[in-house]
Amino acid sequence: MSKLDYNKIGLKVGLEIHQQLNTSSKLFCNCPTQLSDEYQYTLERYLRPVLSETGEVDIAALFEWEKNKKYIYRLPAISSCLVECDEEPPHKMNEDALLIGLAMTLAFKGNPVDEIYVMRKTVIDGSNTSGFQRTSIVGLGGYVEDEEGVISIQTIAIEEDAARKIEGKTDSVTYNLDRLGIPLIEISTGPDIHSPEQAKRVALKIGQMLRLTGKVKRGLGTVRQDLNVSVAGGVKTEIKGVQELDLIPKIIEYEAERQLKLLEIKDELIKRGVNKDFILQNYTFKDITNIFANTQSKIINNELKKNGKVYGIKVPKFKGIFGIELMPDRRFGTEVSDYIKVFAGLGGLFHSDELPNYGITKEEIEKVKNELNVKEEDGFIIIVGKKEKLELAINAIKDRLLQALEGVPKETRAANEDGTTRFLRPQPGSARMYPETDIPPIRITNSILEKAKKIIPPTPEEKMKELLKLGLNEELAKQVLVSPRLDTFDYFVSKYSPKIPPTVIATTLENTIKYVKSEGGNPDLITEEVLDTTFNAIYNGEISKDSIAEILLHYSKNGGDIKSIIAQYQKLSDSELEKIIKEIISTNKNELLSKKDKAFNIVMGRVMSKVRGKAEGKKVAELIKKELENFT
Amino acid sequence: MLEGYRGLALDSLSSINADIGDQIEIIKNDMRLKGILMPSYSSTDDIVVIKLDNGYNIGISIKNAKIQLLQKRTQKYKNEEEKNLGKSEIKIISTGGTIVSKIEYETGAVRPALSAEEIIQFMPEINNLAKISAEILFSILSENMKPEYWTKIINSVKKAFDEGNKGVVIAHGTDTMAYTASALAFALKLSGPVILVGSQRSSDRPSSDSAINLYSSVLLAKEAPFGEVVINMHGESSDTYTIAHRGVKVRKMHSSRRDAFQSVNDIPLAKVLWQDNKVQLLRSDYIPKRDETEIVNSKFSDKVFLLKYYPGFSSDFLDYLIENKKVLGIIIEGTGLGHVSTELVDHIKKATKDGIFVGMTTQCLFGRVNMNVYTTGRLLQQAGVTPLEDMLPEVALVKLMWILGHETDQEKIKTLMLTNIAGEINPRHSIDLFPRWNYV
Repeated sequence: MSKLDYNKIGLKVGLEIHQQLNTSSKLFCNCPTQLSDEYQYTLERYLRPVLSETGEVDIAALFEWEKNKKYIYRLPAISSCLVECDEEPPHKMNEDALLIGLAMTLAFKGNPVDEIYVMRKTVIDGSNTSGFQRTSIVGLGGYVEDEEGVISIQTIAIEEDAARKIEGKTDSVTYNLDRLGIPLIEISTGPDIHSPEQAKRVALKIGQMLRLTGKVKRGLGTVRQDLNVSVAGGVKTEIKGVQELDLIPKIIEYEAERQLKLLEIKDELIKRGVNKDFILQNYTFKDITNIFANTQSKIINNELKKNGKVYGIKVPKFKGIFGIELMPDRRFGTEVSDYIKVFAGLGGLFHSDELPNYGITKEEIEKVKNELNVKEEDGFIIIVGKKEKLELAINAIKDRLLQALEGVPKETRAANEDGTTRFLRPQPGSARMYPETDIPPIRITNSILEKAKKIIPPTPEEKMKELLKLGLNEELAKQVLVSPRLDTFDYFVSKYSPKIPPTVIATTLENTIKYVKSEGGNPDLITEEVLDTTFNAIYNGEISKDSIAEILLHYSKNGGDIKSIIAQYQKLSDSELEKIIKEIISTNKNELLSKKDKAFNIVMGRVMSKVRGKAEGKKVAELIKKELENFT
Repeated sequence: MLEGYRGLALDSLSSINADIGDQIEIIKNDMRLKGILMPSYSSTDDIVVIKLDNGYNIGISIKNAKIQLLQKRTQKYKNEEEKNLGKSEIKIISTGGTIVSKIEYETGAVRPALSAEEIIQFMPEINNLAKISAEILFSILSENMKPEYWTKIINSVKKAFDEGNKGVVIAHGTDTMAYTASALAFALKLSGPVILVGSQRSSDRPSSDSAINLYSSVLLAKEAPFGEVVINMHGESSDTYTIAHRGVKVRKMHSSRRDAFQSVNDIPLAKVLWQDNKVQLLRSDYIPKRDETEIVNSKFSDKVFLLKYYPGFSSDFLDYLIENKKVLGIIIEGTGLGHVSTELVDHIKKATKDGIFVGMTTQCLFGRVNMNVYTTGRLLQQAGVTPLEDMLPEVALVKLMWILGHETDQEKIKTLMLTNIAGEINPRHSIDLFPRWNYV
C-alpha cells in the first residue's frame, strides 16, 4: 500500500498504556503480586449482566455475557485469598500504587484529583470474579513532549489487573486468579498523535518514564498498549492489547487505510442508491442446502455431515463490495465474516466476490444465483452450519451491512500478529461504570503528595548523568537510557555491581542480545531469568564474563537448561590451566625452540583456542609467561 | 436535594442552583472539568463529586475553583406501581436486605426494591418455575430487625398460605436471618415450606449470589415436602448448589463468604441443584406439611437477655439486669459444658428464686451442655439453671422470648424450653456433625 498523507486524512491517535506495578502486595488485598501455577482449589461461577436504573444493560457488557457460560477459577495458594475469590470485600487501596499514580501525574505536570473515587467497570467475560474491574482516576491533564509537538495526557488511572486466562471452551473458561488484583497504571493520552511513527515514539517515551520510576514490573505481559485511531470522517476505533511497540506504526497505518476504504465503500453504496430501507426490504435469504447435496467442497460437506444447513443470502447492489481489500489479506467480506464468527459462532462465510473457489463449482454458483434471484449488480453470501447459528448470522450480517452505510462502525478491535486487526466487540458506554461502594473516597492530602513527590522519576537527563557515573561510555549510556530494558539494567546493577561492572551488564543487555540475534539465535529465549542465572554464575566466580556471549548464543540456538550450559563454560582452575599450558608447550617443544621470540604468541593462540570462554585471557597470559620463564 | 453535601461545597452548589444529576463545570488551575454532579460520600466539606464523560467519578476541592451550572438534569426515574399479580403458587415476602436491593447506577447508592415487579426482575427465570406474587412488607437492613417485625412476618406468612400459596419465600438480610428463622419456626405450624433467603454479594454485581439463591428458594418452596422454616443459601463458594438449613439449627458463620450459613449440631434438610431444577432431600425426618397454617402465639417478650460469660465477668452486671432492667429470663452462653464462675452462683440463685428463668447454652456452639460433669455445673443446677441441651444460644434466646410472650408459669416455661418444638434440639450427635479442617 502506498504511504498515506496522514495530515490530509486527519489521522488522530490516542494511546492507553497499561503497566503492571511492582508493589509488594496487590491493589486491594495483601496477596503478593506474584504469578503462580500451583493450586489446590478451584471455584465454579456464573455471571449475569445487571440491569441499570433505567432498565438498560451496557451493550458491551451484554455482549460479553454468554448465557450459562461457566467460569472456572484456579486459586493459587500463594497469590490469592478471599478477596480474589469475591468472597471478602476489598481492603484499602495499596498506598504504593497510589503514590506511583500520583508521582507519574506530577512527572507529566498534570493535576492530581483532590479525592479519589474507586469505580466498578462492568466486565463479564469472567476475567474478574466480581464481574467488574476496580479502577480510579488519580490524575488529570499534563503532557509529554515529542519532536512533532506536545501530546496531552488525559487521565492517569490506577486499576486492578484481570485474572489470567488459561483455556477457553465452548461452555466454560478457565482462569488463574494469580494476576487478578495486581496494580496497573493506565496512562491515556489525548488524540493528539498525528502519525504512526509518532505514536511509537510517544509510547516509548511514556514507557521510559514508567521504567525510570524503578517501580514497575519487568518482562513479557507486564505492559499493554491500546490504540484509539480515527481518520477524518471515520470513528474512534479502539485497538486492544498491543504488546509489541514495533507493531504500533503498522497497526495504525492499516487502521487508517481500513477506515478510508470503509468510507469509500459508503460513498460507493450511496452512489449506487443503496440506503437503509433498501437493504431492509431487499436483503433476503433462503435454505439452499439441496444445491450442495453432492458438493465437492470439504467445508460444506463437513457441516452437512453434522446435520448443518446451507443458507444463501442475496445482498442487492453489493457486487464487488465484498472483495474490496481494507487491509492486507483482509477484505470487506472478512469484516462481515468477523461479525458472524463473534456473534453467531460460525467459522466464516463465502461471498460472491471470491467464488467459485473452496471446492464450490461454477455450476453450483449458477444454481445459487438462480435460486436467490441474484442480478448482475447484486452480491450474495453463503453460510454453512447449525440452523440456530445461521439464524443469528443472518441478523449479524444485516447489521454489519447497514453499518457500511455509515462508514466506520464503533468497534473494539484486537491486534493480529501481522499488524492487521479483527473485530472483538462493540464499544462500551459509560453505563458500565458505577461507584465501588465498599471503598471510601480517598482524600489526597498534602502529606500524601509530599510522599509522591519523593518518587517522581528522574528526567532522562538526570538518569543519563547517573549512567555515566556508573562508568558507561556515552554511547552505551544512551543505548541503555532509551532501552526497554532500562529497569532490568538497574535491577542487575543493584544486584551484581560492582563485582560485575555495570558496563558488562549494559553490554550484555544492549549488544550481546543483538549479537545473538545476528548469529541466528532466538533472542526471545533470553529472559530475565536466564540472564539472572548467567550473571549469578559470574558473580560467584564459576564462569568468566568473557563467556557470556557464547553461553547466551548456545542457549538461544538450542534452548535446554541454562544451568547445564553454564556448567560447560565453567572457569578452569589455575592448576587445570597450567596443565593445559604445559601440555601445549611440551607437544610444540621443537617449534617453540626454533621461534623463541614468538613463543609466547604461539602458545597463547593455541591455549586460547582450547580454553576460550573458560578462562580469562589476562590470566592465561600471566600463566604462560610464568611457564615460559622456565622453558629452555 | 444535594445529598451528602454540607459546608463550603453545599454553599457553592446552592449558589448556582445545582442539583444531583445536573451537568456542571468546575474551573480550577488550568483545568475545565465537565461532568454530572454526584452525591458526596466525602468526609470533608469542600469536595464536589462529578462523573466525567468516561464514567469515572472524581472529587475536586471547591477551594480556589469556579463552578458553573451547564444543564439541568432531564432524566427522571420511572416509578413503577405495584400491580396485583393475581393468584399465585409461591409468595415472595420482602423484608429488605442485600438480596432485594438495587444499585442506582448514577449515584452508586443501594436501595431496596420498591415493587413486586422489581423483585421478580432480579431473576425473571423464576416465572418459569411457578406463578409468583410478591409483597413488600418492609425495607430494612437486618441489623434493624425487631421482635415486633417478626410478628408482622408471621402474620404475613399465615396470610400467604391462607391465600392458597404452596410455599413462601422471605427475602431477608443475612446478619439476623437466623434469629427471624427461629422466631417463625416457633410461632408457626405450617402447611408448606417457608424459605428465608438472602445474599452475601449485592444484587448489583454480576457475580451476585442473589439470583441463584432466589431461584433455588422458589424451586424449594414449590417442591419441598416439609412444613418447616429453612434458610436456603449457597452450599459452597462455587455456584453449584444451595443448602436448605433447618431454621433453628443454623448460624451465619462467616462475615462475607457466600456459604456463610452452616448447620450446627445437625444435618441440613435439603440440597437444591438449581441447574437441574432438582431438590435433593438430605433427611427424611422433617416436619411434614399440615393441612392448614396456624399461628401459635406471635408475641415476643423483650425482657430477655443473652449473656456471654467471660473470665472476669462481674456479678454487678447480673444484678443490674435483674434489678434495673427487670428481665424475666436470661440465656447464658457459658463456657465448655455450660459453666460460669462459681462466684456467680449465689446471684443466679437469687434470680431464679425471684422467678427469672435462667438457661444454659455453650459458647462452643458445637456440642451439648452437660452440667453434671463438674462441680460448678451441679452447683449452677442447684441454683436453678436449666441446661438447654445442644440449642444454639440465639435460638434459645428467641425461644425464650416467644415463650415469655405468652407464658408466665415457671414450670411450664421450663418444660417448654426443654420440649423439642421445631427441631431445635438434636438428641443424637453423630461423629460427622463437627467440621474438620484438612491441613496438608
